[in-house]
Parts: sequence; structure tokens; C-alpha cells
Amino acid sequence: MAASPQPLLEIERLTVRFGSSTVVDDVSFAIAPGEKFALVGESGSGKSITALSVLRLVDAATSTGVIRFDGEDLMAKSERQMRSLRGGKIGMIFQEPMTALNPLYTVGNQIGEVLELHEGMRKEATRARAIELLAHTGIPEPERRVDAYPHELSGGQRQRAMIAMALACRPKLLICDEPTTALDVTIQAQILELLDALQREMGMALLFITHDLNLVRRFTNRVGVMERGKLVETGETTRVFADPQHEYTKRLLASRPQRRVQPLPADAPVLVSGRDVKVSFAIPTGWFKKRHFEAVRRATLELRRGETLGIVGESGSGKTTLGMALLALQPIAEGEIAMGGVRIDNAERAALRTMRRRMQVVLQDPFASLSPRMTVGQIVGEGLDLHRAELSKAERERLVLAMLDEVGLSERHGVGHVLQRYPHEFSGGQRQRIAIARAVVLQPEVLVLDEPTSALDVSVQQQVLALLAELQQRHGLSFIFISHDLAVIRAMSHRVMVMKDGDVVEEGEALSLFDAPQHAYTRELLAAAHLA
Amino acid sequence: MSATLPTTDAPPVPVPTAAPSTKPLSPNQRAWARFRRNRIGYVSLWAFAVLLALATFAEVVSNERPFVARIGGETHFPAISNPAEVELGGDFHTPTDWKDPFIRDLMAKPGNWSIGAINPHSANSTNYFAKEAPPSRPASANWLGVDDKGRDMLARLLYGFRVSIWFAIALTVVGTSIGILMGSVMGYFGGRIDLTMQRLMEIWGSVPELYLLIIFASIFEPSLLLLLILLSLWGWLGLSDYVRAEFLRNRSLEFVKAARALGLSNAQIIRRHVLPNSLTPVITFLPFRMSAAILALTSLDFLGLGVPASVPSLGELLQQGKNNLEAWWIIVPTFVLLTVTMLLLTFIGDALRDAFDTRKS
Repeated sequence: MAASPQPLLEIERLTVRFGSSTVVDDVSFAIAPGEKFALVGESGSGKSITALSVLRLVDAATSTGVIRFDGEDLMAKSERQMRSLRGGKIGMIFQEPMTALNPLYTVGNQIGEVLELHEGMRKEATRARAIELLAHTGIPEPERRVDAYPHELSGGQRQRAMIAMALACRPKLLICDEPTTALDVTIQAQILELLDALQREMGMALLFITHDLNLVRRFTNRVGVMERGKLVETGETTRVFADPQHEYTKRLLASRPQRRVQPLPADAPVLVSGRDVKVSFAIPTGWFKKRHFEAVRRATLELRRGETLGIVGESGSGKTTLGMALLALQPIAEGEIAMGGVRIDNAERAALRTMRRRMQVVLQDPFASLSPRMTVGQIVGEGLDLHRAELSKAERERLVLAMLDEVGLSERHGVGHVLQRYPHEFSGGQRQRIAIARAVVLQPEVLVLDEPTSALDVSVQQQVLALLAELQQRHGLSFIFISHDLAVIRAMSHRVMVMKDGDVVEEGEALSLFDAPQHAYTRELLAAAHLA
Repeated sequence: MSATLPTTDAPPVPVPTAAPSTKPLSPNQRAWARFRRNRIGYVSLWAFAVLLALATFAEVVSNERPFVARIGGETHFPAISNPAEVELGGDFHTPTDWKDPFIRDLMAKPGNWSIGAINPHSANSTNYFAKEAPPSRPASANWLGVDDKGRDMLARLLYGFRVSIWFAIALTVVGTSIGILMGSVMGYFGGRIDLTMQRLMEIWGSVPELYLLIIFASIFEPSLLLLLILLSLWGWLGLSDYVRAEFLRNRSLEFVKAARALGLSNAQIIRRHVLPNSLTPVITFLPFRMSAAILALTSLDFLGLGVPASVPSLGELLQQGKNNLEAWWIIVPTFVLLTVTMLLLTFIGDALRDAFDTRKS
């Protein structure tokens, strides 16, 4: 299994327990110097805990096994010796660069701290070295950025600063915990290229913790697949992708979205139309002054019955704002939005009320979109209370139960007493099903799906997408599918709109748009997502 | 993965229902079960309920006048209407003093009997015929002794506790309600409403409360209602800040957005979605607010700005205790009662927080 005779990092029979639950179960693997190794798995598979165990950063856990780094046993080292390793020979970068950097210190200060600590450099000397490191990671104008606070940098720049910090002491091993998950696709590609270049130049080994199979395939030499604490498969990346041995690996690889679009009848009527929709926010810039920020500029769209319109774009592109404007949850500055021929932008309450029933929404975060103090029965039944007050209590409960059964939450599916349970008793995928049930129980015509699968693991993602496609066909629903994930958009949409900085840069039939993108930005997006 | 796969992924938490065949508990029953699981809190609730019941019906527990008295073939109900002494064959036209040796002798005669409270003293009844000078130590006639005006300590404590605890409950209810109302309006609507109300609150909060109390105490006859109104005017300020902060956070959560998309009105969203998720600080502070309210009345009484001296109160007892340091039977029981009450309230608050936390199984 070991790729070279002298591995840099060697983990043997590592087991990590929290109380009585085993999170990492008998995991063994080795990383050779200069190798790019990925631990891949879904949430809760123990991949992050394994990586943190290398640095002995897991609190309140009992670990057994052997971790050898550079020939030395890390488990036997004192806390003091470990401190000199962390940030020294072993560097680490985290998923969310905003929270991993201290907001009260400049980037230069934070890099300097590492240098003082591990290299014994004097404070005055660190500044020059910090500028050098920032320049190395490709941050423009490093002389100026060295004095910037984390919030003054963009997401990609912050991640670059984090990398600069991790590289300050020329580590032999760099652990990257989901290094690109919080970033937009085009930025992701840049960060990965940077890591790749730095790795080649400095000859360090990289340990990637990720759930992103694309990243694994494109950037790593070897891969280990983890499932529920167990390392189920290890091997050369190309071999594992071409010929997966373990059942779970096969499932994981097969869970790339498949297209589930049914052709539309030619005479499908237009349900929702937006013309020259503009949304702007007033940002106070002083006591009495205001600046207007245009989140959406002149968006025009049409949605027919049974159709899925995919809206794709990076963060800040205005795709969610447009979705909220279509739901009349966000007042618009110009243009008009109509639902079934009736204008709903800036409409009166009564008109909006009937509209609400015809147009529903499913939001991204299944943990935040359900009130934790309401039972599932209350959550799903709430809309019926409001819009179908004529129903008796028993009829309402029957409808709610039927809906929950339809989304796969009932005794039949092995989930008992759904109505009386609270959202926290369900997994992420199940919660998203509850959110879908809440929307569909009203029998709406249009469903706005705002990143409905982004917070879910890949395999669960596929199940939810399948459910959505099924509901669309059964109820003739129209979807507005907002996502940053091009693969998901391609799998679900009839037509696609690409947004960038508030503008619609390209629009067209899904497959032809993906096959022959016209706009440069679309091409860039597709290239970054490795779909072109 | 194909579309026909089983559609449930494994739940992260084991199903909490003990046996799948039994009928699941309603949300309220589950909240009560969570409350009961906190043993200390549950026991404290019972202890507090007993204390509260004893104090509320203090006349039944501690009363100088018997409930029923049979004298010379006639039945009297002195606890309800006290007969004049002449009616019982005495000399005075004033209401009967049941501690008078004449009445005692009368009761000792055959055929006469009475049923009285277990502690035959009221808060303001003085035994003018006692042998020892007040304050006198605990004895069989006065289980906790006598205060410096010759009144029974146990009765004084019981009646004083009643005044204090009900005053605290009223003050807490009023202050918490105003605090939740103001905080939720500020937090939910935000923007200009929030800004304006915050500034007004700052002005209001900088009014010197104590001086105002002193001024009012000299203008009006101090009474519980006046104190309740005056303390309520400022009591909500601190809590509304916490509620406001919770609302500011919770109103931007996705489930509120989902509720708006369902078409719920602002009032419905506040009541069903934001408020239940914003009550953690309210419940956390509830026992402390109760304790603070008890202490507020106690300290005002101690300063002489509180209720009139004839009204029994814990503050008045503390002051007596301070003035009569050698009479430990005044200060010690008062102190113990106060401490125990605060402890019980804190424990109940803990259990209450468990009950409201739906995540606790």
C-alpha cells in the first residue's frame, strides 16, 4: 500500500473514540514525501477527525494507534513538542478562511506571528518575509495587502493569505481541510492551481480532506475513501476512479447528477414572467447619504408550466435576490413580475396571499429553514392552516401525512411518528424532504428552489434531486432552480440563465448552453467546474 | 444513484420514541417530561408550590382567631366575623382579643370549645399579656419567637413571604411582558423603529430611579400598587435588550423567510416562529428576575421607602434583625427563607430551560 519505501506520514490502526462512539475505526495509510493524497468521504465519515489527529488537535477523544511523521512517533510526543510541529513542519489550512483568521489583526501580523514562533525571527524582519510570502501566493499588491485586515480581502485572497501563513515555515506536510468548499468555482480553480504549483516547487506532501470528487480526480496522486469511520478503499487516484473495488466507492462515484428532464409539451402556458426586473439596495454611507447597490439589473425571464429554469452564478451574482424578488419577498425597483398574468410585484396583501399559495420556496440550509421549536406536523400543516382554513383538523392531518409519505417520510419508509417529532431528530436529507413537503402540500404551481441540495452530501443530493424530479412530473410543477453547482443545474433544467454581478450574461436551452457556451464567463465557469 | 433507491438516509439521532407501537407524546407532554427529568428542578417546583400555597392561604395556617368557636351553646365563626367581647359575656364592645386571659378562661369552661389555626397568631397580633418582654426567644407559644413589637415571628414570616412573593410574581410578569413586547418590536422591525426606540430607552433608562422613588414615597402614601407601577416602568429595560438581540438574529433565519413565503402575517411570524426561538434569555433570566424583584421590595422596605410598617414584609424583618442583633430568631429564619426561595427559583429556572429546549430528548 505504501507508495514509497520511506513514507513521510504513516498512520497505523488509528482509532478515535468520543465516549462510546467510534468516529475513526482502525484506519491505516501512508503518505510519501511530495505526494498528493486525498481523504474523501461524506459528512460524518471521520475524514476531518483523522486529519486533526495527525496534529493531535482532537479534544476530549481517546485515540489509539500509531502516527509516525518523518520517522518520529507523534503519539509519544509531549504537548510542547507537538506545538513546535504544528505550523512548523506540518501546516494546515481550513475550510472557512474568514473564521480561521483573527479579525482583529492584519494579515501581516498573523503571518509574522508564525515566523516569530517557529523561525525565531525578529518582529521587524517578519514584515518583509510576509510580503514575500503573500507575493508567492499570488495576492496582487502584497506590499499593501500585508496591512489589510481579513475583512478587507475577498474570499479567495483570504484563502491565499491562509496558505501564505501555512507555508511560512516551509512545511513538509500541508493538511488542507476542504480548502475550496467555501469558495466560488472560478476561485476554487485558482486556489487549486496555486496549491499545485507550490507543492511542485517546495516538494511538500499534501493531505486533502474533501468531499469533492472532481478535486480528487484532478489534483491528487492517491486517494483514500472513508465511510463511517472506516477507510474502505485506498489506491492510485486513476485506478480508483477507473476501477472502484468497494461497494461504497462505486456508489460515491456513481452519485454524479444524472439528467432527469422530461420534454415539455409545446403548448405549455407561461406561468411566471419577469420583465426588466431590477433590485437595488440602499447602503448608508454616512448620516444622510446613501449609495445604491444594484443586486439585479434588468433580468427578463419566462417560466412555463412544468418547466425548470436553472439560474446559475457565483456568490454575489444576484441569483438568490432574483429568486426572492420573483417570490415577492424582495421589493423590486423597476420592471414587472407577473404570475399567471397578474402582476405580483409591489402588489396588495390580498393579491399576494393567493399568490403565496401558488408559488412556494425550498431554501438551502435544511438546518436553518425549519423552526427548531415546532414539530414536523406543525411545520408542514402551517400553510394549510392559513390557505385552506376550510379543512377540518382530521382532513388537514390526513393531507400532511399523505404529503410526508410522498416525500418518503412515513412508517412505510421506516420513519415512525413523523408528525410529533422535531426537526433535529432528522438527518439533513430528511429535513430537506420536510421543507419540500411544507412547500408542496399547498399544491403550488411554481416552486423556487434556492440551492436545495448544496448543504447535502452527494449521495443524499441525488435522492433529493430524484424526489424533486418525481414531484415535478406528478404535480406538473414548474421549478426555478437556483444553484452554483453546474452539474446539478445541468441535471435538472430545461433552460438555464447564467448570472454575474447582477447581470444575466447568457440564457438558453440547457444542453446547448452547456455544450456550446457563448459568453466568456460561462466558458470560464464550465472550465472551472470541469464540465466543458 | 438511481431514482428508485430507498429514500431515507440514516437519521443522525436514534428515534426517541421508546417503543414504536406506543402513542407518541404531544409536544406539551414531552416538554413536561423534559422538565421532570431535571430532578432537582422538579422537586424544587413542588417545594415552591407548597411554600406558595402556605403563604397564599396564610389565614388558614396562621390565625389568631379560631375558625369555629362554640361558647355558651352559641356557634361563632371568628375568623370570618369576629364577635365583640360583650357578645361573649365580656366587658368591651371592641372585637374579641382571643389571647385575653378572660377569653382563655371562658374557653376552658366545659361545653365551650374552638378549632383554630395550627399557629394561633396573625401578622399583626400582639400578645399584650405575654410574660417576657419582646423580642422573646422561641417557645411553645411562639415557635419562632416574637419580634421586637411582640408579634409572632412565624406569622410575620408567612405573611411577609406572601406579600413579597406575589409582588415579585406580579413585577416579573409585568416587566417580562413589556420587555418581550418592546424587544420584539425593535428586533423584528429593526431599522428606524429600532433606532428611535433605542434612543428613547436610553433617555428613559438614565432617569434616576431611586430619587424618583424617594420623591414619590414622600408625595403619596406608599403602597404595593404604587411600587409595582414605579418598578415596572424601568424593570423591562434590561430584558428588552436581550429579546431585541435574539429577534435581530432570528428574523434573518431561513425558517422566517420560509414562513413569509407561506404568506404568514408579521404578527403570526413573530408569535409562531421568532418568539418561541427567542425566549432562551427570557427563561434564563426568569428566576433571577424573581429573586431581584423580591430583593427590590426587601431593600426598599429596609430603606423605609417600601410598604407601610404595618404590612408584613421580609425587608421589614431584615431591618428588625439588624436593629436587634442579639435576637437571632429574627434574622436567621428571614435569611434562610430568602435564600431557600432564591435557590428554589434558580433550580426551577434550570428545569424550565430544559423543558423549552426541544433538542433535549
